[in-house]
Amino acid sequence: MMEFLAMGGHGLFVWGSYGVTLLVLLGEMIWLRRRRLALRRQLARLARLQGDSPS
Amino acid sequence: MAQPRVQWFKFSSPPNFYDLSGRLIPWFGGLAVVLFITGLYTGFVVAPPDYQQGDSYRIMFIHVPAAWMSMFLYVLMAVYAAIGLIWRVKTAEVMAKAIAPTGALFTFLALWSGALWGKPTWGAYWVWDARLTSELILLFLYLGYMALHGAIEDRQRAANASAVLALAGVVNVPIIYFSVKWWNTLHQGASITVTSSPTMETVMLTALLLMTFACWMYSIAVVLWRARLELLERERRTKWVLERMGGKA
Repeated sequence: MMEFLAMGGHGLFVWGSYGVTLLVLLGEMIWLRRRRLALRRQLARLARLQGDSPS
Repeated sequence: MAQPRVQWFKFSSPPNFYDLSGRLIPWFGGLAVVLFITGLYTGFVVAPPDYQQGDSYRIMFIHVPAAWMSMFLYVLMAVYAAIGLIWRVKTAEVMAKAIAPTGALFTFLALWSGALWGKPTWGAYWVWDARLTSELILLFLYLGYMALHGAIEDRQRAANASAVLALAGVVNVPIIYFSVKWWNTLHQGASITVTSSPTMETVMLTALLLMTFACWMYSIAVVLWRARLELLERERRTKWVLERMGGKA
């Protein structure tokens, strides 16, 4: 296992590339999820307001 | 107007686009996960070390797909922007805006992984080489597109202005692609071309193609996801949004 992580001495470069890739992709998805939750709350409230006021 | 035989425009109407993309996203997401796992397994376990570079070449399995995605997504963004600009198709404008962040992230990943691959193999993180410089310009184009889109209040004018910028920047993509041939500076030429057989061991090529399709599936899922949110925001006052948002309307 250890020599797998060492990547023949280039471990820092290899795992530096893949680690940042993982962070970036996960970050993008987490960002979208947060935006989705905030939007749903906002739109649900908007819908309730419009639902109550006789339009 | 005569009824068109094929209802192409059915899917470009916001509610249909919203529902259809909503059903497709889980499939693309699931496919991306499967392809990433098999691609990484093939690239790290099955593929042998490179006779020259040893193991640092394994960065290729993320560097090349990210670079391809950065170029492909920019062209796709420009196409959607053009459709939005010329024919005023709302979903096309939404798609163009939804692609930009993912394209920018892949451009950053291509530059980042390229730098980390360059250090052990070329001895430098960054060189003002034709390919690297034009890829950096691509990143600025993406960031400029997003900044311009955000800076203009009126949504329609913002879409138009950023579409023009996207189209102006499209010329940069062939420059990136052919830069290694035209200027022949440090970055090596294309080892995978549609014309000639690839100069690479098949198992490495398999890992590379698996990772490329994984990035593709991931991009489709994320872009459609962002496009749906964008559409909800734009159409928040409409009935179809209220219906889907569980409003009692």
